[in-house]
Amino acid sequence: MTTTATDPDVVARALPEGRGRRRRGLRLPSPKLGVGLAICGLIALFGLVGPLVVGDPDAVDNVGLAPPGGGYLLGTTQTGQDVFAQLAWATRGSLVIGLVVGLLAVGLAAVFGVIGAYAGGWVDEGFSLFSNVMLVIPGLPLIIVISSYVADKSIWLIALVLALTSWAGGARVLRGVTLSLRSRDYVSASRVSGERTWRILLVEILPNLVPLLASLFIFAVIGAILGEAGLAFIGLGASGSWTWGTMLFWAGNGLALRLGALWWFVPPGLMIALFGAGLAMINFAIDEIIDPKLRLQTRAARRRWRRPSDVGSSGGAGARA
Amino acid sequence: MRYYVQKLGFYAVALWAALTINFALPRLMPGDPVDILLSKLSARGPVTPEARQSIALLLGTETDQSLISQYFSYLGNVFTGDLGLSVTYFPQTVTDTIAQTLPWTIALMGIATVISFVVGVGLGQLAGWKRGSFLDNLIPVATMFQAVPYFWLALVLLYLFSSVFAVFPTNGGYDVYGTTPGLNWPFLRSAVYYGTLPALTIVLSSVAGWMLGMRNMMVSTLSEDYITTAEAKGLRPRRIMTTYAARNAVLPSLSGFAITLGFVVAGSIVAEQVFSYPGIGQTLLSAVQNNDYALMQGIFLVITVSVLGANLAVDLLYSLIDPRTRARA
Repeated sequence: MTTTATDPDVVARALPEGRGRRRRGLRLPSPKLGVGLAICGLIALFGLVGPLVVGDPDAVDNVGLAPPGGGYLLGTTQTGQDVFAQLAWATRGSLVIGLVVGLLAVGLAAVFGVIGAYAGGWVDEGFSLFSNVMLVIPGLPLIIVISSYVADKSIWLIALVLALTSWAGGARVLRGVTLSLRSRDYVSASRVSGERTWRILLVEILPNLVPLLASLFIFAVIGAILGEAGLAFIGLGASGSWTWGTMLFWAGNGLALRLGALWWFVPPGLMIALFGAGLAMINFAIDEIIDPKLRLQTRAARRRWRRPSDVGSSGGAGARA
Repeated sequence: MRYYVQKLGFYAVALWAALTINFALPRLMPGDPVDILLSKLSARGPVTPEARQSIALLLGTETDQSLISQYFSYLGNVFTGDLGLSVTYFPQTVTDTIAQTLPWTIALMGIATVISFVVGVGLGQLAGWKRGSFLDNLIPVATMFQAVPYFWLALVLLYLFSSVFAVFPTNGGYDVYGTTPGLNWPFLRSAVYYGTLPALTIVLSSVAGWMLGMRNMMVSTLSEDYITTAEAKGLRPRRIMTTYAARNAVLPSLSGFAITLGFVVAGSIVAEQVFSYPGIGQTLLSAVQNNDYALMQGIFLVITVSVLGANLAVDLLYSLIDPRTRARA
């Protein structure tokens, strides 16, 4: 009963170098993680606090298409709405969608991937067939068809539809990893010692999947924010709420680019790009935790580990040095 | 042989699922699409009882038929290519409309995807081989392009290259006034000219994904024992990179094609909207705007079937490249 996944040997096997790193103190695995967390944290803070301090994003003023400066930090739209206020609300809206879709998609992926693979037999066959079918049915056309039947779409409906069409890839990855985990000795041991199935799943298997789940979550969030933006851009976004996508939709509708109103068109796109890049950096860092082979990659890092005369030699030697 | 049977079986199930979703969606959704569609159709011109019947089968309505018999008549209609009438392009049938627009999308997306795959895998191979090189450090920059919403990048490029510098046309699929569609040289040249910018934006936004995946697989493959053996034998590095490492490292990219194909389709819908390209995505959106449910369902079906077909082709090709898949099945 006392076999747990925090057994040092198991952790060491799952995360090679994990113990060594801990001994050196709490250091971030790579600067990428720090930069990524900083970018995403700042944007999240903006989405959290911004809407409280800015004015009404829908308020119309008679200074249309005013460039940044003056009374408006980021200028105004065609109808004189404050771009900065819109950006603050849009940040909140997009982050909410990203968060909801991320959680739902990872949850669904975990249910169909982990439980299926652990149960085995026809449950596994059925779950894996279902997720593979969901994987090959193209998502966006399905979303377009679904959302065209519903006239008044709330932000939650969009999030739900995005989640339902985006979990399958993650389920397949999780199934593969769970299949290899369930045949490990410590899992067999806990099964023999009479642990309940849900306990084995939650305590023995799930902790080993955490880095993978985090990476899937990040992918789902990026995918959801981009998916929502695309949906909004083609005119099928959430009605009556601000997201980066709806901002871009109105900017595109108002011919912001042709009129040279870069302050209207650029900020939402840039926010998506920054947030996506931040998440991607966190993901790189997670990848390096899961697969240490990927870690020694930058020139600087390699110089630190190897004599300079070795740097130019063929790449295959790097992993074994 | 068992491998092929399994694959064909899987795609048969997937096709059935797609057909069933297509059948169930209009019946599950609120509102009465048949009435909306029929009233729109009759505003345009006379609707024959047969057309009325096939639309009712596609979208569901209060008939005396049971759901089961509706379902089988619907399947029969679909397999004979009867997808109803289009409102947007009245009195053209949905099948004809799709047949006109599908080649544009397949040509544009097919070429752009193949270019993106080849370039991405090639660059990823080099980046994985020379870790820490300039190319390798370029990958995070390239992933920035992936984080940028595709249509945003496309709009900026469209603005730059057609409004500011006027190198490419602003919209359309070919020179509508100067050429006639068909297998003639001026038309093909104009189609290529009009398609270059859309294809370029698609390649730019998707190449990083292939590159990153290939690079990571190269890194894993390079630490295999047979690479050490090849080095010890004194083979030339170039030969080790291409025939020993890259050949094995490319396999997950190929099998991951299935997942990316969905994104390709999504990209094409948005791209056609940005560039007003006369493809199937553009038609889908105009169908949505006009509540043209029959056309919409038909396009969804055709897109799904195309994606399934492409996946099946990749799977069969994969079994030729990697004999282990056949042995394992």
